[in-house]
Amino acid sequence: MKELLTGNEAIARGAYEFGVRVAAAYPGTPSTEILENLVSYPGVYAQWSPNEKVALEVGAGAAIGGARTLVTMKHVGVNVAADPLFTLSYTGVNAGLVLVSADDPGMHSSQNEQDNRNYARFAKIPVLEPSNSQEAKDMVGLGLEISEQFDTPVMLRTTTRVNHSQSFVEIGERSGDDVKPYVKDPRKYVMVPAHARGRHVVVEERRAKLAEYAESCPASRIEWGDRKIGIIASGIIYEYIKEVVPGASVLKLGMTFPLPEKLIREFAAQVDELYVIEELEPFLEDQVRLMGIEVRGKQLFSRIGEVNQRMIAEKILSVTGHRDLVNESILAAGVPEEKEIQVPVRPPVMCPGCPHRGVFYTLSQLKMTVTGDIGCYTLGALPPLEAMDTCICMGASVGAALGMEKAHPEMHGKVVAVIGDSTFMHSGITGLLDVAYNKGATTTVILDNSTTAMTGHQDHPATGRTLSKEVTNQVDLVGLVKALGINRVQVVDAFDLENLKKILSEEAAADEPSVIIVRRPCALLVKEKTVPYTIDENCINCKKCMKLGCPALSARGDAVVVNTALCTGCGLCSQLCPSGALKKEGAGNE
Amino acid sequence: MSNGKVTNILIVGVGGQGTILASRILSYLALEDGHDVKVSEIHGMAQRGGSVVTQVRMGEKVYSPLISEGQADVILAFERLEALRWIHFLKKEGTIIINDQAIDPVPVIMGVQEYPDGIVERIKEKVPDTIAVNAMQIATDCGNAKASNVVLMGVLARKMGFDKEKCIRALEAKVPAKFLELNKNAFEKGWSVDL
Ligand SMILES: Cc1ncc(C[n+]2csc(CCOP(=O)(O)OP(=O)(O)O)c2C)c(N)n1
Ligand code: SF4
Ligand code: SF4
Repeated sequence: MKELLTGNEAIARGAYEFGVRVAAAYPGTPSTEILENLVSYPGVYAQWSPNEKVALEVGAGAAIGGARTLVTMKHVGVNVAADPLFTLSYTGVNAGLVLVSADDPGMHSSQNEQDNRNYARFAKIPVLEPSNSQEAKDMVGLGLEISEQFDTPVMLRTTTRVNHSQSFVEIGERSGDDVKPYVKDPRKYVMVPAHARGRHVVVEERRAKLAEYAESCPASRIEWGDRKIGIIASGIIYEYIKEVVPGASVLKLGMTFPLPEKLIREFAAQVDELYVIEELEPFLEDQVRLMGIEVRGKQLFSRIGEVNQRMIAEKILSVTGHRDLVNESILAAGVPEEKEIQVPVRPPVMCPGCPHRGVFYTLSQLKMTVTGDIGCYTLGALPPLEAMDTCICMGASVGAALGMEKAHPEMHGKVVAVIGDSTFMHSGITGLLDVAYNKGATTTVILDNSTTAMTGHQDHPATGRTLSKEVTNQVDLVGLVKALGINRVQVVDAFDLENLKKILSEEAAADEPSVIIVRRPCALLVKEKTVPYTIDENCINCKKCMKLGCPALSARGDAVVVNTALCTGCGLCSQLCPSGALKKEGAGNE
Repeated sequence: MSNGKVTNILIVGVGGQGTILASRILSYLALEDGHDVKVSEIHGMAQRGGSVVTQVRMGEKVYSPLISEGQADVILAFERLEALRWIHFLKKEGTIIINDQAIDPVPVIMGVQEYPDGIVERIKEKVPDTIAVNAMQIATDCGNAKASNVVLMGVLARKMGFDKEKCIRALEAKVPAKFLELNKNAFEKGWSVDL
């Protein structure tokens, strides 16, 4: 039976079919849906961990313990998990472990576009790259096999286009889910220097064996076509090539580290023009060049952003003598782009009734320097709120505020860190510990909207529910923060602007560190029907309410209007209205 | 759909408009007809009221899930401004179906940019085969403005020559039972829009 599945659904299906027993992850686009799908399969235990490092450590324990394991994360998650990854490479596994690294060329939803194939080479572990959903599923199985055969974690590296595109997948049965016995073996699993020295030798031997295996890896193959043009490619690029240069010879690499040197030499020797087409870094190209093979790659294709079909056609046509092999119809001019009038951009915005809005409005009114973090609230950096100064990586807000304060003691009272609840659980706690330990006096605002909203509303340790929606121990944020050594802790309602302003001013001015927990669930989680606001004739058109950037308020033409279909009735705008023109619907003429 | 050829349908709109149902129904239809199909959707920040794009490609054999500029046979635009934004993805002789509805983006709401006037007329000048429908009005008449997406699906299905019975089966498979009657009705109204 065939089903149309996204790459993420296919990976989950693969984990089920190939006997995965334990799975752990922290959400992150474009990887999130893998575990959201996997959790509903029988016989698989799947969980959200507080961050990627813990997820991989849970995975390490499960695999060493003897259960087939899947760990998933977005590309930057691997930075967080890099520490266990590099040494897990030394210990190896017992049952198979596949680590999904979902990269995001083009940064559809990320803060950078690092190429994580480099991690595979760095950590000396094999990496597989699927081109479509069927391969995504199959490679979970292949990865688990390689992992067990060579005693190594295996990276399955996807890109957004593979994670989020649907194509047909052949559905199979589950097998291979027996748990192996755990055998105590300190020389293998206890990485003290004396043991690790021995393991490094094993790792280097393994690398050589994997390189040998790569030559006959079933995921890599030569597809001979016309030998005038030869293209080496992996991942989604393979699909583009089949469309744009259908007649060319292709070396499709399913395993991209270590590389099959003999296969590459055989291919290169038999084609007139050799290209490597890959997104981001010249990962394949550099290694091919090291073999002493001349190849065209990054001299034609940028390291920045995605590669697409048109680019491939244009670039190859710009150098090749064999135009007949390129499907030029892909370059046919379509309807001309609209250039005469300006098409307004449509950036993402905080939803109407978002609990983050009032905090950023207040911060901008108080002209605070805000070290920010990652989540829906990063939208507070955009106009009209523009109340964020930095956003680096998850958890960075708290440490950055402390650093700013240490660099500029005179900025005391003006620097505030803002961090979401899920992000605080992920990596904010240690930053706050640093503030307390090193006697900072910064204020940290924790935006507790009871969810990980940005990635599609996942639970986390402070929501009191697990991935499978079971009720669990809920972190007491106030107690936690106090235990870290912060004495000034306040809990504030996100919709009370006056109180927000008062508490923010007071806490920022205090001579010791403080935390303000701002509470209200994400507007998309609120199910009760709410009464919208309307605007009446008392409006003096001062447009003060427009400073909130609420999409339910518009100032098209002269007057301000409320879109009652969108308004959630949060009431922020009415708190700003100097003439009492904004009222709950139905409360107008009382 | 002629043999060996891939049909490209680009669905554009604003986060929250229900564009995904349209792609689900299309892929169901392709599957019924024994075609290969690939669908691409970008999630992420776009969920928060940004532009959303879904790409559907169907034919005997489909490689890339993405449609190149100038290659779409049909654009189904859920909003006027989005129709204009993506117009250059349409083939010269392609068809565009526009939901004649405006959703103001933030720069317009803030009054820093203007929502262009006369978008549909502008597009008609470029694309002879332009179909503009007020799907929201039609859906509201059927009892729920949220069924606009199914009205548009009705227009698209008729225009592309899909079998009506199959479309109804697709609806039965893809929409929750309690909204089925409403959606069948909305589809029917879309199907009977003058082309
Ligand atoms: C290391 C890392 N993992 C995951 C992500 C993806 N990601 C971005 S923000 C975020 C969490 C947002 O949740 P929260 O802090 O509660 O803010 P909210 O979106 O709910 O406002 C996640 C998981 C990331 N950017 N970096
Ligand atoms: S999803 Fe929730 S947290 Fe994110 S912008 Fe909307 S209301 Fe705010
Ligand atoms: S009450 Fe005002 S600020 Fe809140 S959602 Fe409605 S229009 Fe927006």
